[in-house]
Amino acid sequence: MSDLVQLVDLSKRYVDAPALYPTNLSIGRGQTVILIGPSGCGKSTLLRLIVGLVRPDTGKIFFDGTLVTPETIQLFRRRIGYVIQEGGLFPHLTARANILLMARHLRKDEDELRARLSELCALTRFEGNLLDRYPVELSGGQRQRVSLMRALMLSPELLLLDEPLGALDPLVRASLQKDLKEIFRRLEQTALFVTHDLAEANYIGDEIVLMNEGRIVQQGSIIDFQQRPANEFVSEFINAQRSLVSL
Amino acid sequence: MSRSFHAELTKSSPAECQAERAECQRSPHRTRTLLLCLFLSLIAFVDSAFADQVMIGSKKFTESYVLGEIARQMLADAGISAEHRQGMGGTIILWQALRGGQIDTYPEYTGTIAQEILKSDQRLDIRQIENALGKIGVGMTKPLGFNNTYALVMRRDRAQQLGVHTISDLQNHPELKIGLTHEFLDRQDGWRPLEAEYQLNPRNVTGIDHALGYAALASGSIDVKDAYSTDAKIGENDLVTLEDDRRFFPRYEAVFLFRLVLPSPAIAALRKLEGTIDEQRMIRLNAEAERTKNYARAASLYFDGGARSTTSLGESFPRKLARWTLRHVELAGFSLLLSVIVGIPLGIVASRGGAVGHVILGFAGIVQTIPSLALLALLVPLPFFGISARTAITALFLYGLLPIVRNTATGLQDIAQSIRDSAIALGMEPGARLRKIYLPIASRSILGGIKTSAVINVGTATLAALIGAGGLGEPILSGLNLNDHVTILEGAIPAAILALVVQWIFDFLDRILIPKGLRL
Repeated sequence: MSDLVQLVDLSKRYVDAPALYPTNLSIGRGQTVILIGPSGCGKSTLLRLIVGLVRPDTGKIFFDGTLVTPETIQLFRRRIGYVIQEGGLFPHLTARANILLMARHLRKDEDELRARLSELCALTRFEGNLLDRYPVELSGGQRQRVSLMRALMLSPELLLLDEPLGALDPLVRASLQKDLKEIFRRLEQTALFVTHDLAEANYIGDEIVLMNEGRIVQQGSIIDFQQRPANEFVSEFINAQRSLVSL
Repeated sequence: MSRSFHAELTKSSPAECQAERAECQRSPHRTRTLLLCLFLSLIAFVDSAFADQVMIGSKKFTESYVLGEIARQMLADAGISAEHRQGMGGTIILWQALRGGQIDTYPEYTGTIAQEILKSDQRLDIRQIENALGKIGVGMTKPLGFNNTYALVMRRDRAQQLGVHTISDLQNHPELKIGLTHEFLDRQDGWRPLEAEYQLNPRNVTGIDHALGYAALASGSIDVKDAYSTDAKIGENDLVTLEDDRRFFPRYEAVFLFRLVLPSPAIAALRKLEGTIDEQRMIRLNAEAERTKNYARAASLYFDGGARSTTSLGESFPRKLARWTLRHVELAGFSLLLSVIVGIPLGIVASRGGAVGHVILGFAGIVQTIPSLALLALLVPLPFFGISARTAITALFLYGLLPIVRNTATGLQDIAQSIRDSAIALGMEPGARLRKIYLPIASRSILGGIKTSAVINVGTATLAALIGAGGLGEPILSGLNLNDHVTILEGAIPAAILALVVQWIFDFLDRILIPKGLRL
């Protein structure tokens, strides 16, 4: 089976510094790939490049074997779900309206939408009676579940999650980690998941991509990282996180 | 002669309504068509205010109002429909309105025509004036029968105490405080040459509104002011006219100026007024106008001693109030509507920053720094504008633009990056993104801008009366003119109430237009 996403020599430089050196990465169908690394390592930039929030300086993005161009990016976006840390919910719309906004814009059948919505509520374990609340009336965890439903509404082939659990307290976070893993498994969802938490990466991911200073340092499983670290940084990164966990 | 009273209108409190819904659920095409229709019908409406009838103008003082009314009633008697725009301003404004065709006739004085309009250094006789005007398409009636010349006046007791009888006598009293109308201060036949001719060197000369000047004279704040010889206030306030012992002032024979393209029956009706009003009669009419505050009634005295039918005369107060208020709401409302239609798109463009954005915000900002009176004055001489509601609406529209543009731009710029990212990542087209996500989120800020504009427009709309566009500024202006507080309040109180109503309407609009999620 071919890869769903292929990044070829993709690079991006911001005004003051390079954010991403020319990078190659493939994401296989049904795979959950974790992007991990310290702040500013380029992991969010990589996600933003894929969904077209920033334009690459060099390189190409292939989605399902097709080259993505500025002209066609709009159509690819509809095949991608995007979840960010603060949820990015639209404050003027209820949870329901947030989730259905794009589907309604595309004039999908309302009956189908209703069915899909209750399916998603069950999947994300979101109480249906909260659907008519506005984002400010929801807790952080509830907001992220709504954000996830919005991203999943049109059954995207690729789900991009940029530290979706970063702002949540530990208990809510643990429960959502569990739910996400289950959702990805049941939907056989291809996902690219950004985090800086190694335990979360290990729990949710099939494959972990460690980045530092705009480059991919090592790719594999946590066992690979521990047993065959590509360089000093990998060991340091692993040890720093392990020391935290062992406390 | 003309006396412009440069009334300093205190901006009356806000009022008014009319808000356009920023976010539109309909398709973009339908929305555009709808807006275009609105715009065109607006223009049509404003233009319909200038239907084909004889437009009479008058300057901003009692005698001119009365003469304007007399002309209107004279034309009406001849079966010619006429409208009188009262108190449009000073000489320059009336003259330009006549040249521009916004008015067809207005009362003027020969001295003013020679000095201010024809800018002649010599003293022209009537025939010379008539010839000069004829060359530029303007006709003049023969003198109406009275010479209303400038004069300097003092309180009788003060003049007797100081032994001042002639203007020359002022040489001995440089300590006297002299309060002059702004127009007299500036005129070629006004204060400066008079001062030179008589070799006066007073220490204290100030500009003051004509009507307020009488109050200042009575209270002793000033000792000498300019007046005109048929002014009813001279007798009423027991003032003396200082003798023009060097014959400085030219003759100011009252006449009507009219456009030569006017139909001959209308010209004939105006000519019927020639030689029919002597000085005593004019003083009596002026006194009647100031006593009753009713120019139409005073004018009717001219015809058969007031025995005319009263149908065209006194308009009841509720009707007047309704007319002023309706006009005020029209002026402020239409201009606000234009500001919204133009301001929101400009704000959207400006929110994207860059050179264009800076130019837009810069332009709107500069317009805002021009004093409202100056903006009106700047627009009046331009073609298409002139003395009209169009000019007032345009000025108000320009004033209302900045708050809407700025609030739209900042409202959009303030949307969090995370929300923008989410909106873009959804894959919605930019137009739909704007309509369904960005504008609703910015709606509170945009509506706030519209509210500010409404407040500014309702306040500034009172100035529209200065260029004859009507509204609640009309009673305020004539109240200032007559130094009559009751008349001022007739405009000021409704304007204040209108302000409260606008406040209430916008509070209500906040509730229905701002999405609930933004109000929690």
